Amino acid sequence: MSKLTQLFKEKPNRLCSVYFTSGYPQLNDTVSVIKGLEAAGIDFLEVGLPYSDPMADGPTIQESSAIALKNGINLDVIFKQLEEIKNQVNIPLIAMGYFNQMVRYGSEKFCEKCQSVGIETLVLPDMPMIEYEKTYKAMFAKYGLSNVFLITPQTSEERIRKIDEMTDAFIYVVASSSITGAKGSISEKQIAYFNRIKSYNLKSTLIAGFGISSKDTFDTVCEHVNGAIIGSAFVKYVGANGVNTINGFVKEIIG
Amino acid sequence: MSEFQVDENGYYGQFGGAYIPELLYPNVKELEDNYLEIINSEAFQKEYLYLLKQYVGRPTPLYYAPNLSDKYGAHIYLKREDLNHTGAHKINNTIGQILIAKHLGKKRIIAETGAGQHGVATATVCALMNLECIVFMGEVDIKRQSPNVARMQMLGAEVVAATSGSKTLKDATNEAIRDWIQHPEETYYLIGSVVGPHPYPDMVARLQAIISEEIKWQLKEQTGKENPDTIIACVGGGSNAAGAFYHYMDDKEVQLVAVEAAGLGIDTGESAATSQLGEVGVIHGSKTILIQDEYGQIVEPYSISAGLDYPGVGPLHAHLFETKRGTFLNATDQEALDAAFELTKLEGIIPALESSHALAVLGKMDLQKDQVIVINLSGRGDKDLETYITELGKRQARGDE
Ligand SMILES: Cc1ncc(COP(=O)(O)O)c(C=O)c1O
Repeated sequence: MSKLTQLFKEKPNRLCSVYFTSGYPQLNDTVSVIKGLEAAGIDFLEVGLPYSDPMADGPTIQESSAIALKNGINLDVIFKQLEEIKNQVNIPLIAMGYFNQMVRYGSEKFCEKCQSVGIETLVLPDMPMIEYEKTYKAMFAKYGLSNVFLITPQTSEERIRKIDEMTDAFIYVVASSSITGAKGSISEKQIAYFNRIKSYNLKSTLIAGFGISSKDTFDTVCEHVNGAIIGSAFVKYVGANGVNTINGFVKEIIG
Repeated sequence: MSEFQVDENGYYGQFGGAYIPELLYPNVKELEDNYLEIINSEAFQKEYLYLLKQYVGRPTPLYYAPNLSDKYGAHIYLKREDLNHTGAHKINNTIGQILIAKHLGKKRIIAETGAGQHGVATATVCALMNLECIVFMGEVDIKRQSPNVARMQMLGAEVVAATSGSKTLKDATNEAIRDWIQHPEETYYLIGSVVGPHPYPDMVARLQAIISEEIKWQLKEQTGKENPDTIIACVGGGSNAAGAFYHYMDDKEVQLVAVEAAGLGIDTGESAATSQLGEVGVIHGSKTILIQDEYGQIVEPYSISAGLDYPGVGPLHAHLFETKRGTFLNATDQEALDAAFELTKLEGIIPALESSHALAVLGKMDLQKDQVIVINLSGRGDKDLETYITELGKRQARGDE
């Protein structure tokens, strides 16, 4: 059983995940960020693989990615950083990047590396479902990797059900029609959307992301789905405050 | 079916497809499900062709260029897309897509632009149709194509500066896609070239195909010949080339020459010659050839010409390149400038910098005396006057004629 599946069994709600940009704010902060977040009680992590043209990301993650790339981050460096702390990290790790990064690196080699550094799950927001079904489902399975699909308020019920069938990790519920980093509170409309999805009685765990930035938004979202991912708010925080006070940031949100 | 038409999954050979986040899926699907039916409908065809004729000024002339022909020792014709309303081929596409957007009930139009020609063409049709228009343009391009920024604003469009990355066409496209993600329901993304996720490349190619449709009958009328020997067009994303090639792709005896921008030179690291420097990958939702590093990070391209300053090409062109159906040449900044000055002096036509790249390869080709060549003169040079004035100054200082 994967660590993630195990986690979902043990903790069915108020799951809290954080997305961070590898190599940001400093090249070697990847390690301290992971350790800091685990120590602060985060349940699982999204390891952001910085990309030059992150289509689904907002200004915060985009800028942090550009800085990380300037710092010299690349997939080989990230894999090396993860390898270094492999035996000290117990929470599940998810890699989030873009399809072109995997393909150009060599998909098979990418999967092999992920497995060897302890990544169990991938989020590649621009990978088409047909490519997954045709090629990558089998390849990922070979390396013990599961794949996460995103759904949005515009995704049809039929497509959501299909995604539910194909999912062996969790469904990433994009909380609003938005790129990452959009801020504010959770609206009535979003709550209606969460409730609509809940009414489908899906088998998969539901984790919300995009726009979760505070204790308030986290609490509200957790009343409707199993947990949430905090991304831009964290990236902004470490950008401004560095890696030493991560604990405080996390405690603010999960208490 | 032709091997150069998109297949039922949206691919040209291995290229194309729709590599998009789920957030865009419903929009792209809506378009995919409807575009062919709309384009093929009688109502659409009637309005599209009417506007192309009475508003855009089509058909554009196929002009035999006697002095250029003399100089290069071949029969050279210029397809005068520069004479279109707004000054480039871009409006063929925006007229078509705005009718599609209206048909889909969209109220808010967004577009990316490099040289500003597509932005102007989009702002123009939005003014005509009374639709809200937002154009994303790289900060660098806003500076180097400032007359077009003013034109768009005068036409009522909002011009938003893209400040990430190289601050050029690629980044403007990223910003447009992000905006689309955030406004999925009411917004139509009016893409300016044969790039983006399926069905955009095919849709834009069909809307630009009017160029080669006209070349066919015009050439026949003027020469009695069925086909030219060679067609030359510049390639940024590839829409004017796709339009000029469209009806000849299966006629293998017609040589299709695509000209990319070499910038300061292919090996200088300051170039936009995608086919020479690129590898297979995904950009802006499409699998194609793009300039990237070993980790798949997209490399910032360079060309003097904002319209060619793009690190990819449309998937059709990647396929033409891979199958060797297309001949891919390139021209540097200076070669394009020289070609612009040459055409101006020889024929009294000031071409756009993009189109000048197509003209610039004449001197690099092995031409035959009776060879019939059509060059797609994709746009006029008004927008590039500042660059031309600088070049003129250099020439005067050197004491050139
Ligand atoms: C006059 C002109 N020609 C060519 C291009 C390049 O685009 P495409 O390759 O799509 O024709 C542009 C783009 O802005 C343009 O303005």
